[in-house]
Amino acid sequence: MGFMNTLINGFEGGLKADTLTPMQKVTLRAVVMGVLFYGLAVLEGELMRVNAVTPGLFDESHYFSIMTVHPIVGIFGSTYLIVFGAFTFLVPYLMKKPLYSVKLANWTWIGIAVGTVLSWLGGAIFHYAPLYTLYWPLPVDFEQFNPIGGLVFVIGIAIIMVGTLGFIYNIFATVFYTEEGHEKRPLKPLILSALGIDGMLNIWYKITGREPYSKEPAVSLPVVAIFRGTIDTFLDAMVILTCGVLILVYIVGDMSGAALDYTSVNALLYKNFFWWGLDLIADGLVLIYVAGTWYLLAMLITGKKLFMQNIARAALLLELVVSWMVWSHHLLGDQGQPNLMKLLSGEMVTAFELVTQGIAIFITLVTLWSAKPLVMDNRLKFLLAGMFGFMIAVPAAILQADMGLNRILHNTQWIMFTHVHTALLIGLTMTLYAAIYTMWPLLTNNIKLYSQKIANWHFWLHLLGGLGMSFFMGMSAMGGALRRYIYIDGEFNIFMIMAAICGFMMLVAWLLYLYNVIMSFGVKGLLGIYTPSKIDTKDLIPAEYAT
Amino acid sequence: MEDSASVLDLLKLVYTIYVFAVMSLMLWFAKGVSNPAGKPRIVKPATFYMYVGLLISVGVSIHIFTFNKIPWVETDFKRHTIEKDPSFDKSKQLFNIVVKKQKFYLPQDRLNEDGMLEIECGKYIVFDVKSEDMTYGFGLFRQDNSMVTQMQVGPGTRNDLMWQFNKNGTYHIQSTEYSGPKGGYHMKIENAVVVKGCDVNDVRSMVGGN
Repeated sequence: MGFMNTLINGFEGGLKADTLTPMQKVTLRAVVMGVLFYGLAVLEGELMRVNAVTPGLFDESHYFSIMTVHPIVGIFGSTYLIVFGAFTFLVPYLMKKPLYSVKLANWTWIGIAVGTVLSWLGGAIFHYAPLYTLYWPLPVDFEQFNPIGGLVFVIGIAIIMVGTLGFIYNIFATVFYTEEGHEKRPLKPLILSALGIDGMLNIWYKITGREPYSKEPAVSLPVVAIFRGTIDTFLDAMVILTCGVLILVYIVGDMSGAALDYTSVNALLYKNFFWWGLDLIADGLVLIYVAGTWYLLAMLITGKKLFMQNIARAALLLELVVSWMVWSHHLLGDQGQPNLMKLLSGEMVTAFELVTQGIAIFITLVTLWSAKPLVMDNRLKFLLAGMFGFMIAVPAAILQADMGLNRILHNTQWIMFTHVHTALLIGLTMTLYAAIYTMWPLLTNNIKLYSQKIANWHFWLHLLGGLGMSFFMGMSAMGGALRRYIYIDGEFNIFMIMAAICGFMMLVAWLLYLYNVIMSFGVKGLLGIYTPSKIDTKDLIPAEYAT
Repeated sequence: MEDSASVLDLLKLVYTIYVFAVMSLMLWFAKGVSNPAGKPRIVKPATFYMYVGLLISVGVSIHIFTFNKIPWVETDFKRHTIEKDPSFDKSKQLFNIVVKKQKFYLPQDRLNEDGMLEIECGKYIVFDVKSEDMTYGFGLFRQDNSMVTQMQVGPGTRNDLMWQFNKNGTYHIQSTEYSGPKGGYHMKIENAVVVKGCDVNDVRSMVGGN
């Protein structure tokens, strides 16, 4: 088979878009779009790494606008789309009932994609650059920023959040609704199970010598994780929307000639509110969704029940509560923040993330170990790499969430690379790749991967590139390198050069992955997923492929 | 007395060892779990509970250890007592600094003949920084660019950092927080603070290596 033929029609016939159900299509649309946005985020990241080596490549306003849109594209455009797409498929798959609304799922991915592009344009065209932290009153400093840029950026974020609310509604509705022709599903066991309370009751009943409260939980463990994480996703969306409205009011005021006084908003109070919400992404939904994904992958790979699953259910509830109480670790450098809040919320409760994440890792590893020998396929190796990422990223954050260490680490590259990029690029992204490889046969009706050799190259370049970049940037942090500062005198050049090389490895890894997907699907198949499905069914998978 | 450089050196060592340990564990696990000759193993719940206990101990121990070993944590908690002590001389130990429009303004009446804020060794010093517009950061850096300490500087809020210097050295003031593109790389005053009168020198912060 010639190169052009494979490129157009895919490997061994490629993806037959005509055979895909509406559910398969909507999932693939979101995931493919998310993978493309990931590439844009990696490219932006690499541009910033190169600018660190050769300062002046971009002027300050351009550079910081890239830094502003980079996490928007990476978190919302990429991660949200991939995760929401996957969960939109998995929740009905695991609950053995149709999704509440495929139409809403389509609007969800379109909304998030359009919103991401708009926010990106706010930075790319107008150089709106308050960074993702939006510390008051920077987002409304119209001496530095064009208010039109702010308007485009904020509207983009608002559309992303509205799309997010669409996803949340669809997930909750799918868990609770009774499908046509099915006897009425009682709400109480569903709510108790979705919140994981049945797991806690089972533990309590066991301690008190009684029969388990629920032998067969109404909701499977991965769905519990998705449900819990989605509660944080909702709270986070509301906080971001509220801040967006506040900024919008100031933008409109400025544009209409009636500029508002920014001192009306207390900067420290705003920072507490904003971080409470924003931290629900990092310390809430990401950790909970990831734990749920590990559990699901471990069960699918081994075909076994999860080790200590009542504990796992209870730990997910603990993680949810912990995620609401840890935001103060972002304010350890703020002298106005009460010491008691720094100590309790910033240090002690935050340290519990070591416990909750550690439990998820232990349970997943033991479940895998109980089924050895396993084949080291793409699912397993990406899963192990993902867990490895979190194993090194979470302690880095716990160390920074210490009043003593924070004083000398805050806003250095330590938090951005040793923690954030390690967690996102190695931990989260490699977990997502594991999930994509696991769902691949379900979503594509079992098409073959074009090249395992390329998949191996993708794995190692991504892992070593991510690890290397975190290492070199972390070393620069030990030397005092700040995360939001342009060094123009080559202060940390050797680390910056090495980090740029590692970043380039990650860019190549993504290109290889994309190439492998295109050659597997074929351009025709890839474009076909964005056309309406020709199969009118609520089934997730065509009957002939469902086994 | 520990300073930030020695704490960071220890952190670098401990964290590197930890990362290599995790890497080895995962490599061992990957090899073991896929070994065709391997047999399934069942882990006892007791092992799990011991592991959870270990995690809790580690999480709490980190903070107990740093509280006891890192001097500035205690300073943060006791600072109001120290400031109220009659021996605390505001005219020598308190520096009011203003920051606005991406620029630091040092108290002109407190500069020495070299234009620096001069600090007496071993005394508790308070940097009281007031922002008149944006959220900034206030950081002290050595000659080799490593960080001595920092705090956030928010508008309309208290931003005062107490610090004790126990080594001679000359330090830069630099914003540690982004305040817009105008502050991209301009918010720095080189050789803004000098510490004198100590028996030892901060070797990483001596101008010209002296």
